[in-house]
Formats: sequence, C-alpha cells, structure tokens
Amino acid sequence: MMLLAVLSGFLLALAVPVLYRLTGRYIGWFLALLPASLTAYFAGLIPAIRDGGSLLIENQWMPGLGVSLDFLVDGLSLVFALLISSIGTFILIYAGSYLKGHRDLARFYVIMLSFMASMLGLVLSDNLIAFFVFWELTSITSYLLIGFNHEDVEARKCALQGLFVTAGGGLVLMAGLILLIFITGSYSFADILSSDVSIHDHGYYTAAAICILIGAFTKSAQVPFHFWLPNAMAAPTPVSAFLHSATMVKAGIYLLARLNSSMGETPLWSHTLMVVGTVTMITGTYLAFSSTGIKKVLAYSTVFALGTLTLMIGVGTELAITAFVCMLVAHSLYKGALFMLAGALDHETGTKDLTKMGGLRRSMPWTSAIACMAVLSLAGIPPLFGFVAKELIFESLLNAPVGGWALTTFALVSSILLVAVACLVFFKPFFGPPQATPRQPHEAPFSMLIGPATLSLFSLFFGLAPFVPEVLLLNPAVTAIFGGDVQTALALWHGVNIPLMLSVVSLLAGSLLFARWQALQPGLAIINTVAGRVGPEAAYFRMMQGITQIAGWQTRLLQNGVLGVYLLTLVLVTFGLTGYTLFSRNGIHLSLDFSDGYFYEFGIALLIVTATVFASITKSRLGSVASMGVLGFGVALIFIHFSAPDLGITQLLVETLTVILLVLVLFKLPPFASFSSPLERCRDLAVAVFAGVVMTLLTLAVLDIRYFDSISRYYIENSYEMAFGKNIVNVILVDFRQLDTLGEIFVLGLAAIGVYAMVKLKAEDQHKP
Amino acid sequence: METLMAYVIGILFAASIYMMLRRSIVKLVIGLIILSNAANLLIFVVSGLTRGSPPLIPDGAGEVTGVVADPLPQALILTAIVIAFSVLAFAVVLIRRAYEVVGTDDLDEMKDTDT
Repeated sequence: MMLLAVLSGFLLALAVPVLYRLTGRYIGWFLALLPASLTAYFAGLIPAIRDGGSLLIENQWMPGLGVSLDFLVDGLSLVFALLISSIGTFILIYAGSYLKGHRDLARFYVIMLSFMASMLGLVLSDNLIAFFVFWELTSITSYLLIGFNHEDVEARKCALQGLFVTAGGGLVLMAGLILLIFITGSYSFADILSSDVSIHDHGYYTAAAICILIGAFTKSAQVPFHFWLPNAMAAPTPVSAFLHSATMVKAGIYLLARLNSSMGETPLWSHTLMVVGTVTMITGTYLAFSSTGIKKVLAYSTVFALGTLTLMIGVGTELAITAFVCMLVAHSLYKGALFMLAGALDHETGTKDLTKMGGLRRSMPWTSAIACMAVLSLAGIPPLFGFVAKELIFESLLNAPVGGWALTTFALVSSILLVAVACLVFFKPFFGPPQATPRQPHEAPFSMLIGPATLSLFSLFFGLAPFVPEVLLLNPAVTAIFGGDVQTALALWHGVNIPLMLSVVSLLAGSLLFARWQALQPGLAIINTVAGRVGPEAAYFRMMQGITQIAGWQTRLLQNGVLGVYLLTLVLVTFGLTGYTLFSRNGIHLSLDFSDGYFYEFGIALLIVTATVFASITKSRLGSVASMGVLGFGVALIFIHFSAPDLGITQLLVETLTVILLVLVLFKLPPFASFSSPLERCRDLAVAVFAGVVMTLLTLAVLDIRYFDSISRYYIENSYEMAFGKNIVNVILVDFRQLDTLGEIFVLGLAAIGVYAMVKLKAEDQHKP
Repeated sequence: METLMAYVIGILFAASIYMMLRRSIVKLVIGLIILSNAANLLIFVVSGLTRGSPPLIPDGAGEVTGVVADPLPQALILTAIVIAFSVLAFAVVLIRRAYEVVGTDDLDEMKDTDT
C-alpha cells in the first residue's frame, strides 16, 4: 500500500498524455484527486505514530542482494509527506488555470507528478541508497521544471545552474552517505537512528558530517550556495510555489533533521549549522528587502526561512526543535499561498515588478484578502500560526546553550527586515494609487484562489488552536527529530514576556523601514551590484568558465586530429611501459648465441630483413610492393621450414592476393612524396628503433623463461580420437574452436561487404586528381 | 634459431612503426602489412621452433608418434593471417576512397572530420 502510495505519482505521470486528451482543461482538477487521496491516506497513518513511535513498512525489492525499498513513517516523515501531498493537491489545481492552454501542459504535469512521487520517496525512504536516488530524482525534475520554458535562453541557464549546484552537492552527499554506511554498517535510517554504535567517535565522522552538510546546504540553498534558488524563479509559478518554497528545498533540511539525533550534538555539527543558518537568515532577508520582483522577494524570504530552520536544528534544544517544526509547517503554508498569489498577480496584471503594481485591492478583492492572511503569518502577527513559530524561535534563541544573545540579535534584525518585506509584498501591489499594468487587472479565477485560501485558513486555524496540530503531528515530529520523549506546549498567547517584546519591536521597526523602502532602493542596488561581482554566484560563473576552458584546452591537446601524434603517443606509452617493466623485473639479457641455426636459415632471415628495409626506404611504389611480396614469401618459408605447412600455404596465397590488391589500388594514388622534415624522420626513426629493441628484448626474455608446458596436449591427443581428423591444426580450427572460425568468416564477410560498398558507391563530391 | 628470429622480429617491428609514422597514407598501409607479419612471426617464434615434424597424424596411426610442433599457435596464426588480409583489403579500398573524396594522400591534411 505504501509502495503504491509513493510510486503512484510515477504511474499517473505515465497516463497524463492520454488523460489530457480526455479531460482537456479540467485536467488539473482531475489529477489533483491523486494527491488529495494521498493526503487522506497519510492522515490515516497519524494514529499509528501519535505516541512518538515509528512504523517501518518493508518491501523486499531484490531480496537475494539484500536490497529493499523500506519506508520509515514517523512524525518527521509524516509531516513532510502531508505537506507534500496537501500542497501538491492545490498546486495541481492551480497549475491547470495558470498554464491554461499552454501547449506543453501535459508535459508539465508529467514532470510535476514525477517530482511529487520522488519527493514522497525521499522523505519516506528508510534505505539510504533509495533515499539518495529519490534525492537526485528531485534535482532532475527540478531541472526540467525550471527550464520548462526551454525556448528561453535565460531559463535554460538558470535550470542548468540549479542542476549543477544541487547535483554537485548530491555527489558530495553520496560520499557522505557511503561513509555513514561504513561507520554504522547499515543502509537503514531506522537502524542508524536506533543503533548503539557511537558515530561521533568514529574516525570517519568528521568527513561524513562535512559531506552530508554540504549536500544538505546545496539542496536547501544555504549561503554560499543560495544563489541558485532566486534564479530558479525562471520556472512557472506553480513550480516555484511547490518545489522552491514548500518542498524540494526543504529536502536538505529534512536530511539534517533526520540525522540530527545520531550525528548532531557535536561542536562541528551544531556550530556549523548555527553559523551557516544565521548568515543565510540575514542574507535572505536583506536580499528580499532589496529586490523589486515579487517572485525574487519571495524567493529570498524562502532563503531566510531555510536559514532559520538550519539555525534551529543547530541550536538543537527541545524548544528549538519545536520551533523548527512549527516554522516548517508555518512557512510551507504561508509561502505556498504567497507564491500562488504572486502568480495570480502576474497572471492578471502581466508584470512581476512590485514597483509597477498598485491599488489592486479594488479589482482583486479576494486575492488581497487572502494575501492579507498569508502576509500576517509571514510577518509573524497573531493570530496566525507564523506568530506561534516566531515566538518559539525567539524563546529558543534566548535560551540557546551558546551565543544566545548574539543569535537573538541576528534573529531580531532579520525579523525587522522580514516585517518590512511582508509590508512590501502586501501594501505595494494592493494599496496606493492604481498603476497602469500591461494587462487590465481583474479577479483571479476560483481555481487559482482555492489553494492559497485553504492554506491561509489552515494558518489561521493552527494559530488559533495550536494544540490540534500539536497533538496530532507536531509532537511526534519533535520526538522523532530530538530522539527522545518531548512534551511540547504550544500556545498562541504566552503572556507579556521578552519574545513578545521582541515581536513588537520588530513590527514597529519593520514598518518604519518599509516607509523608507523607496528612498533606500537606489543605495541598496549599488551595494548589490558590488556584492554581485565578488559573491558566490560570480565564483560559480568563474568556475563554469574555467571548466569549459580546461575542457577546450585538453581537447585541443589530446584530440588534435593528427594521426601521427596519436600513434607516437600510443607507441611511446606502450613500449615505454613494457620496456620499463621488463627492465625492472627481469633486467636485460642480450643473447648472441646463433649456433643452433643452419646457413640456409640465416639466408631466409637475411632475405626477410633486406626486403623489409628496402620496402621502408625505397622511393618507388612498385619496388616497395614487390619487396613486401618478398617479405611475405620469406615468412612463408619460415613457416614451412619450421613444421607449419598449413601456415605456409595460407601465407603464400594471401601474400599473392595482397600484392595484386596493392598493385591494383595503389597505382591509382599519387607517387610517394616526402612530407616530413629530416628532424621528424630522425624522431620517428628513434621511436621505431626503441620499439624494435624492446620487442627483441621481450622476445628473448620470453624464450628464456617457460612457466608451464604447452596446453595443446589435449588437442594433439584427441584430434583423431574425438574429431576423426589427422591434421591437428585444421581440426582445432573447424572442430574444437569452430565458433571462433565462424566469427572469422563473419569478419571476412563484413570486410567484403565494406569493400564492395566503397567500390560501388560514388561519393557526392569527388576531387579527381 | 629462436634467438636470431628475435632480432628479425625487432627489425620488423621497428620498420613497421617507422612506416606507420610517415605522413603518406600508402606508407601507412605498408607499415600495417609489416606489422601483421611481425606479429605472426612473434607468436610463431615464442611458442618454440621445431624442424621437420608438422602436427599431422601419420596414415594408419591413431595418434602422433614422437614430438610434433605445437598446433595451437599455428591455429591462432592461421586465423590472424586471414583476418589481417581482410582488414588490409578494407583499409586499402578505404584509403583509395578517402583519396578520391579528400584529394590528398597526406595524413596531416586529413585531420578534419568534415571533409
């Protein structure tokens, strides 16, 4: 059942092209039935894990190899699964309207459903390898979705950037996971979490932790890898809402939370998370405040949220983990809604630029009302769930084990900026004087509003009654991350205390900052331009450029197209290595003992050598071909004299044919010309002589040593006995090894076909000499 | 005798590699022919040379009498000779074709993939 639930997205994706033809413009509503029913299914699992336990659903995949596709359901994975399926439902409905009539709508749904299935697989997998496969699948589907408008060169570039960063991090993560498998000896998350093996003291711990952290940071857009996320906004808005705010970018966070109880609680782990999280948080809010495109603003505020989530895991106290879970849910709810609303604004007005929108609350009253709720949650204002999360963040930072006050100050600064950003997102488009937009604005369709409305209502409901999600899901999730029993106490109203004061301060200061937004904009733009030249994105581009340059350089060097150079390299490497091995292992034994030969044998050897040398130095083609014939016949004599009559006959036949062929063909080519310089001749001669010397020494060495007897005894004994043949060589060829001979005949046939084709077919452009 | 043949083989290899490094495509073919001869001789010689006792079973007998030459390298070389010939025939026709199309027999001028 679980297996079907996870993989159903892939199955449905296969059927989308057919369904699209059947349902037409209602395809979004139709496809949304799947995530909706998945939501119901996952909700049905809540009772099983309410007491903080976990459920391991086993699926043997390849039992012989010990590969399984098990699923681990606990509070953490169920929170994620529910977010994915429920937000996915609304995204699928929304996309049907947003991309209405788009010619690639079917393709969009195919990738979107595949992504959803991969993401569910990622958060539910118990097997580390399966987890990694799903992780990479989300990177690939994200790449396809960012580059969905593939005719736009900018979109392609952004898609590639996202892929390079996340897949590059994926490789590092794989190394980390393999190290983790080495340390624990188990492929299962459940085993790793419950094992007594001390991961921290293992020698591989530092390497494994660093690799896993880098993998998680690239996926979750932490500084300095944050630049790909705003660029990913080239994707259609439903994608941004789903992948790049609510789900995929949280995969890294999920991994950190999943491994926190086993790998965390070391200074390396928690301090890195705290520092990176804080820097990401501040960078995110600052960049959000200084941007003007509504999707960029929201993207950078997502960077803020991801940084905050990382920071909370880094702090790691009970309170911080509670804040983490609340922030996770709150952020997914309001950011999903805000992105969908931003898409609605873009869709209805035709612009993404906040400075070009204004006074839209009259023409789009429902949109503005829903946006109000989402923005209140973003800014952390009661009674929305965002407020609960924000209070908890402040409270946990105040009680942090290290650097409490410093972290609180940073959180306050980013919170002030975030309030200003919230004002920006809400007041800029909906209030102020109406501005002329490329399209006449009117209210967004119902299918584009139902998602944000529902999500915002959940924000409100969770804010008013935080104990409902707490009892059902949040408490088990905190327990799962913390790795021990935790009693949380969520409430909207904690009384007047320091967190509340900090909230009030951030609200006031944020509003003031928003009032100065217009005036600050030019100054911020200058800072951002300067920072852009030295920032991580510039480094990324330099690196990509460097890779292309190195690739170009080594291709020009190695693949230069000159056959002589290739051959020279091959010969030098082969004979150099052979010669070195021979020399170092065996030494050089030069034997000059020719006493065992007869004078006519010397005559044949002399004939061969003379013919060869003459063939190599003559300037006459006919002379060269004729001496090739002499060489061939000399070799045939050797064969015949030393007990190989069959070889002799074949050699004679083949040599005759070769000479005829060469004479026929070569005389259609121009006479020998001298192309090379004397220097090149000397170089080639030196290489050739070196190779010849190595071959002679090698042959002498082989003749000296005989490690074992010939293996032909079997053939000699059985030739007549089994194959009833008296010529043993022939029996080997046509009987014992007949398949090899069949292959040989096949090669001959192929060569004949090739020769025939080249002789018969005429090339289109022929340069007759 | 094997010792002498080792030197012959070395000379054959040197000559073939020198010819294959020449820029004239015809010389490359001649280098290939020498190389296949050299390789065949190499296999033949390192398996040991035997005078006057071919691997044949005499008439009326069921098995060989006395020592005969090793039949296995001979079977290998027989195959190699035939394969080398088919490769050679193909190569020769191919360079003639290439010469017709490209209009040069200088290998250094044949390095472009789109001619």
